[in-house]
Amino acid sequence: MSRALLEVEDLHVWFDLPNRRELHAVQGVSLSVDAGARIGLVGESGCGKTTTILALMGLLPPTASVCGRVFLEGEDILASGERTVAPHRWKDIAMVFQGAMNAFNPVRRIGDQIAEPMELHGTADGADATARVRELLDVVGIAPARAKSFPHELSGGMRQRAAIAMALATSPKVLLADEPTTALDVMVQAQILELLTGLSRELGLALVFVTHDLPVVAQTCTEAAVMYAGKIVEKGPTDTLYHAPRHPYTRLLFGATPDLESRDEVVSIPGVPPRLDAPITGCPFRPRCDSAFAPCESLAPELVSVGDGHAASCHLTAVVSQTIGAP
Amino acid sequence: MSGANGTALLEVENLEVRYPVPRGLSGAVLRQPHSFVHAVSGVSFTVRRGEMVALVGESGCGKTTTAHAILRLVEPDAGAVLFDGIDVTTLPHRELRRLRRRMQIIYQDPYESLDPRFRVEATVAEPLTVHRIGTRHERHNAVERALEQVGLSPPGLFSERFPHELSGGQRQRVAIAASLVLEPDLLVADEPVSMLDVSVRAGILAILDELRDRGLAVLMITHDLSTAARFADRICVMYLGRIVEEGPALEVIGNPQHPYTKALLSVVPRRDPRQRVTAQILRGETPNPIVIPSGCRFHPRCPIAIDECLISDPDLRGPAGASSAPHRAACLLAGR
Amino acid sequence: MSAAEPARAELQVPLGSRLRRGLAGSVLANRQALVGLAIIGLFVVVALLGPVLIEGDPQAKVGAVFEPPSRRHLLGTDGGGSDMVKLLVSGARVSLLVGFAAAAVSAAIGGTVGLLSGFFGGKTDIALMRVTDYFLVIPDIPLMIVVAALFGRSLTNIILIIGAIYWTSTARLVRAQTKSVRERVYVQRARALGAGNTRLIVRHVLPQVTPLLIANTVLLIAYSIFAETFITFLGLGDPSVISWGRLIENAFTDDAILNDAWWAIVPPGLAVTIVVLACTMTGQAMEDSLNPRLRSGHLSVRRFRMRPALFGSDAE
Repeated sequence: MSRALLEVEDLHVWFDLPNRRELHAVQGVSLSVDAGARIGLVGESGCGKTTTILALMGLLPPTASVCGRVFLEGEDILASGERTVAPHRWKDIAMVFQGAMNAFNPVRRIGDQIAEPMELHGTADGADATARVRELLDVVGIAPARAKSFPHELSGGMRQRAAIAMALATSPKVLLADEPTTALDVMVQAQILELLTGLSRELGLALVFVTHDLPVVAQTCTEAAVMYAGKIVEKGPTDTLYHAPRHPYTRLLFGATPDLESRDEVVSIPGVPPRLDAPITGCPFRPRCDSAFAPCESLAPELVSVGDGHAASCHLTAVVSQTIGAP
Repeated sequence: MSGANGTALLEVENLEVRYPVPRGLSGAVLRQPHSFVHAVSGVSFTVRRGEMVALVGESGCGKTTTAHAILRLVEPDAGAVLFDGIDVTTLPHRELRRLRRRMQIIYQDPYESLDPRFRVEATVAEPLTVHRIGTRHERHNAVERALEQVGLSPPGLFSERFPHELSGGQRQRVAIAASLVLEPDLLVADEPVSMLDVSVRAGILAILDELRDRGLAVLMITHDLSTAARFADRICVMYLGRIVEEGPALEVIGNPQHPYTKALLSVVPRRDPRQRVTAQILRGETPNPIVIPSGCRFHPRCPIAIDECLISDPDLRGPAGASSAPHRAACLLAGR
Repeated sequence: MSAAEPARAELQVPLGSRLRRGLAGSVLANRQALVGLAIIGLFVVVALLGPVLIEGDPQAKVGAVFEPPSRRHLLGTDGGGSDMVKLLVSGARVSLLVGFAAAAVSAAIGGTVGLLSGFFGGKTDIALMRVTDYFLVIPDIPLMIVVAALFGRSLTNIILIIGAIYWTSTARLVRAQTKSVRERVYVQRARALGAGNTRLIVRHVLPQVTPLLIANTVLLIAYSIFAETFITFLGLGDPSVISWGRLIENAFTDDAILNDAWWAIVPPGLAVTIVVLACTMTGQAMEDSLNPRLRSGHLSVRRFRMRPALFGSDAE
């Protein structure tokens, strides 16, 4: 069975806590991303989405322990932890961070910083690197002459573009973006999203877009995975997630998001996400769910397929499937 | 949604706020003329009792400065702010302090707006303590009522907590409760939910909604057009220190007249993946409010600018140039 | 409508617990700080109990000049034949007293200057910082000599001189912290409510500044004890009291080195060193815990661990 460009299998991440406790931040996440695909990883603060993508690049602190497999072009890059991940980091798989605009060294020129990954991985240096930097700046929509600028001379939106250029420096196959437009104005956001979508179409770049902003995912990504309490609770085409969600959290999350086109009631989801430093019995969403019933209290649901490329982890799916006659 | 029938509580007239740009040593020596950041250049609008007005715009448009100037947390350079008929900008400090009790502000960051060493009770009671209102017993009751009003019920469960024991949504509710104890007439909410998780935002906005229904005037500063569209009665769109369009929320969203508004609305992502709107993505970013473009401020980025736009700076006008219509836009081509 | 929905659901943390450790909590958790405190505590106890433990005048001649350590005189005798142990214990009182008092004076001056400067800014800030700069520039030893010459060599003067020299670093520290706290949203909010400056300073700014001030004061104690020793050694100390500095001074003037009487010099020097070290350890540990940015553990990324698969091997 041929694998997709990036395949994550049963990823778990724990963080050490004082008193020998652990925080189970990511609980069995599996994803599959093809070349040129744009998949959104959606969820609210604390759901584990950022930790998941940091794990894909091995950018976790010493307090973290990881289990699971991450196949990049068929090779398990997490097989031996740091040793197997390092050669791929920022070469085949790169990341645009949250607040990337502020992740630049203020005393070095932009061009030098964009060239840095190339030099570190030996893909280009000297005149080659300079030429490539100009190319990259052009691709992201910055005048190539700005390579000589310092970060503070660029606006927020331009710095974000520069951060994307830096991520693209070694022509990676997978780009992980962690809330790349959250701190930007809506117009600049539109520019950046247009850029990212274009890159994925033209370069065949696989994009994993982490965000809490559902509408952004709805408009930019073709598929999405919704995370809650460290697990993926639903994944599938964005169209299906909006029009036929099978997990109450997905439905309620859309219902809590105001929209320009609709005057529907916007409703909060009561309660807070569960703590992840202790095992949870039953469904983690149960305390906040509006459709909880008997099995939810004691039995944790599994992520099961409910349609073409669509899966949800909710006991209700079994009920519905039985009554309707599942595909 | 009530609103249009209330009396005008807040009337802002031609407000201007400028900040001098530091010249630096060489500038001072060479006696370069001072340049200014024109944060707010002539903003006028009204908020009625029982009405929620949203000041919408991108960063740098001057919306937050406007809000601060209204409360005189920043001194305006020109214009008037009439609160219940009294001009706030010229009030002596003692009376300003008394007037401040009737207008309260809620800040964006619930993690920073509460003193970490104060329990909830102390924070919510602080306005009363500062103004020496009520006995301890009366203050305690006022705190309880306020906490109930914001949905932190039973109040006893929350009043002894420290901020770090509460979630972001709960902290913001505490901040709102603290602004309600003085029974203000005007509430200024500066991005009240932008730092909260999506699933809790609606709850906070619903509180503001309810307060508005009860007759409070609410001025909401936000960059989120979807929120403004859903909750506000009127929307004022700001660009580079000016209001470029204002009107009833449904009309501004449904029938935008100014090209900036149209462009903004076209790039706001919709929830429904099937709703694809042709995005009018403007090039570049909002220019620095130090060097304001000549004529219409928006003309360098405007997709429909004509020659006249480089020269004349249009006022807000309604259909057929009427200056007092409810839905107005500052564009020469509006309504054509 | 969801407004009235009770937001009670799950409160994050049990009532009464403190997520961020206060100063006391972090001190108790830090081994370095505990050791430092224990040492200081020991010296303080000995100093306080001094008069009880020692019979008679410590300066009384009880043996030969520069007698080496023996069972009768555990640390020998000094150049005047007095028992070194008694001298050391009684000297502790003065050294520690001056140390604590001078540090208190410094903290008071520096704290006030820093607070006013940081909070009010503008002309007040400029003026106070000018004054601070002048004090920084003044060389301490010549100043001490001049003041001692002018105003006499009393203990009070020593305390005041030391206090007047070391307050500048505290002022800078407190000013920086005050400026940062002043900009916090909750202080702005309190001001917008109508709170006056006094209330803002006392109720909102001071609680955030005090822990840092305390940590800094502990370090000041170290400086002050050392300074006292130094001043007295130069002969500027109060001639009517015994302190560790005086013991060292006496040892020199009595030619202890020529007499190979190490026991007359080393013990007081060692005492000063140990106390200064203990104060520094405690003070540094306190400052570190208050300044989480100083911890650089997060820089060592990429040493995460891999765990074996949870449920045996997958069927491939």
